[in-house]
Amino acid sequence: MISRRTTLAAAALAVTLGALPACSSSSSGSGSSGGASDDAPKTITVAYQKFGAFTQMDSHMTKVKAEYEAAHPGVTVKLNPIQADENDYYTKLNLMNRTPSTAPDVLYEDTFLVNSDIDAGYLAPLDDYTSKWADWSQFTESAQSAGKGADGKIYGIPMGTDTRALYYNKELFAKAGLPTDWQPKTWDDILAAARTIKAKEPDVLPFNIYSGKGAGEGSTMQGLEMLLYGTKNTLYDDASKKWITSSPGLTDSFTFLKTVFDEGLAPKPQDALDPQWGTKLSTELIPSSKVAIALDGSWQTSTWKKDGAKPWADYSKTLGVAAMPTQHGDAPGATSMSGGWLLSVGAKSKNPQAAWDFISTALNKENTLAYDTSASQIAERKDVSSDPAYLESDPFAKTFTDLVQYTHFRPAYSKYPRVSDAIQQTMETVMTGQAPVDQALAQFQKTVTAVVGADAATTA
Amino acid sequence: MAATLTVPPGARVASGGRRRRGPGAAAKLVPLLPAVVLLLLFFAGPVVWSVYTAFTNQSLSGAGASDAQFIGLANFSRMIGDPDFWHSIVLTVVFVVGSAVIGQNTLGLLIALLLRHRHRVTQTVVSLVVVGAWVMPEIVAAFCWYAFLNPDGSLNSWFAWAGFSQNWLYTLPMFGVILTNVWRGTAFSMMVYSAALSDIPPELEEAASVDGGSGWRRLWSITLPLIRRSILTNLMLITLQTLAVFTLIYVLTAGGPGNASSTTPIYMYEQAFQFYDLGYGTAMALVLLLVGALFSLVYLKFVSVDER
Repeated sequence: MISRRTTLAAAALAVTLGALPACSSSSSGSGSSGGASDDAPKTITVAYQKFGAFTQMDSHMTKVKAEYEAAHPGVTVKLNPIQADENDYYTKLNLMNRTPSTAPDVLYEDTFLVNSDIDAGYLAPLDDYTSKWADWSQFTESAQSAGKGADGKIYGIPMGTDTRALYYNKELFAKAGLPTDWQPKTWDDILAAARTIKAKEPDVLPFNIYSGKGAGEGSTMQGLEMLLYGTKNTLYDDASKKWITSSPGLTDSFTFLKTVFDEGLAPKPQDALDPQWGTKLSTELIPSSKVAIALDGSWQTSTWKKDGAKPWADYSKTLGVAAMPTQHGDAPGATSMSGGWLLSVGAKSKNPQAAWDFISTALNKENTLAYDTSASQIAERKDVSSDPAYLESDPFAKTFTDLVQYTHFRPAYSKYPRVSDAIQQTMETVMTGQAPVDQALAQFQKTVTAVVGADAATTA
Repeated sequence: MAATLTVPPGARVASGGRRRRGPGAAAKLVPLLPAVVLLLLFFAGPVVWSVYTAFTNQSLSGAGASDAQFIGLANFSRMIGDPDFWHSIVLTVVFVVGSAVIGQNTLGLLIALLLRHRHRVTQTVVSLVVVGAWVMPEIVAAFCWYAFLNPDGSLNSWFAWAGFSQNWLYTLPMFGVILTNVWRGTAFSMMVYSAALSDIPPELEEAASVDGGSGWRRLWSITLPLIRRSILTNLMLITLQTLAVFTLIYVLTAGGPGNASSTTPIYMYEQAFQFYDLGYGTAMALVLLLVGALFSLVYLKFVSVDER
């Protein structure tokens, strides 16, 4: 009988231990950078994201690989497209970065994680290369600082950026008696238009704003921050280097959110919280004229282009784009948020020169133009943004590019993902009516203070 | 036990016998070596690493990634003060008790009892259907249920006429994941109980029914006591399996809405891989291990009480 108990205990131990490795360092991805010595054939690995409707990066990298290998005989480029959504992409990339044998030479890196990844020692500084690169002067000033670390060095070359604005459906606006050249001046103008749509077109979703954890970072950036950065407050005080955990702007933003959800102007919470909601909007609801106003990103049009996930020939005729107004129409009158992605050289790369050559090929004028037009990116090279081919590629290209002057960037610090999560949690509490705005915000202040530490939190 | 008793006490002191067998035994162990090395490398290795990591501030990005520091019990004291962690523990217990202890266990026993003395065809067909759910990979089962329960899913379209269509995974997230886990895991309990029931000598039950015992009475006084050890073994195994369930919940609700179905494995994943806090995540894994050990101890206690 002793043996029976030991067997049971052993089985128990084995099964519970099975739970552990789920959380351990199971490094995924199979990239490896071989060929260390100079005379041996070199291989560089390039890691980037390929997911769902986002295939433009993959086609671009395939094209650049052929071009690069032709120009650099003896160097092989190994493409490592990581099939994962945004969150999992960062995770997989970070896991690869941890070990020299899997760390990629060239990596596709989100601007807001640059500082955190520099701290982690994943990225190599590029100043020695950019100083000798004739093309570098073509990048705008803000683009040159997009990949700049806290130490002032350059850690990434931007591929393009994005802005956010209000898409509106001109057909629905015409039917509801609203102007088809709509440009709201204040938040109230948006509410007024949405209320008119709700009254005249009951089958249509008047206004989509991403909210809650389902849409993840999209809720924070396309949702709350588009509101917050149109008030007099922001999320982070650059001067004191503190997070703003409570402000009138924050209260007003969440109150606006409550209004649109309470009045039924926004989607039903159970729809908005579905992680598939974003895809459903861009591939189903917006193209079939079921949404009147959508606060969304400039890249959405890539879904409707010929090689997109949901080709829609008439999108530029049916839709209009209006800048997101500031709360009360205060100067500068509009607001936007920008992110964007970089190409960086991995700090563990054994062939940094080859990796850099790959990047400078991938982001020369011709290739940047090709990528920015196919992926609906806003060009950050002056010679690209003034190119007629770029401006003609998308009827909205100019509108979205012009918004760069009003744009804001997220506070790119390592605590940001947690603060963003707290924002999504608070949005969810408010939109579902679990708690009134002031109570939800009190909890938000508590959570963020705990996350960033009391000495890095302030109020406005 | 019998084996231990037959060995004379002197044998333990005298090591001669063991030495004689020594080289033979060592030679027999050689072929096992690759398996042992692989196990150490890929099973014990990560386990040891994650136990160590639980006491550091190891992270996937930021300063903790390049230069992890030993921080003692800080991860654990943070856990104690983290209401979301306690919320996840409560949900885990609800999930384990609801889907394993009550759901899979009872339903598995019920099916096994009903299948007894049935026609061979009935037995085969029912077993095939139930086991079919079990052989299905977890992720496929989860997608099937997502397709069934989501707002455009089968459940809503069947009952469209009744007018209660809704997003079931939003309105009743815990119920949804528990139901799915019962559906998928019942086969295991059913098989354990079928095997146990087939070992019961039919004479015992016949005798009981001759004595005038009703069906319920026979189940309660004859059948259940005879299979009590299988019940405990089964309970322990399914409890430990269910404690670690991740894929199913992640696919169905990803812990949402909010954190309404965020059990400890989901919360652990979020901390480790979404906020890159590997140290905190592994510390939680360690606590989950303790919770599992606690459940096992309780069950083992029952087994030993039973054997006295």
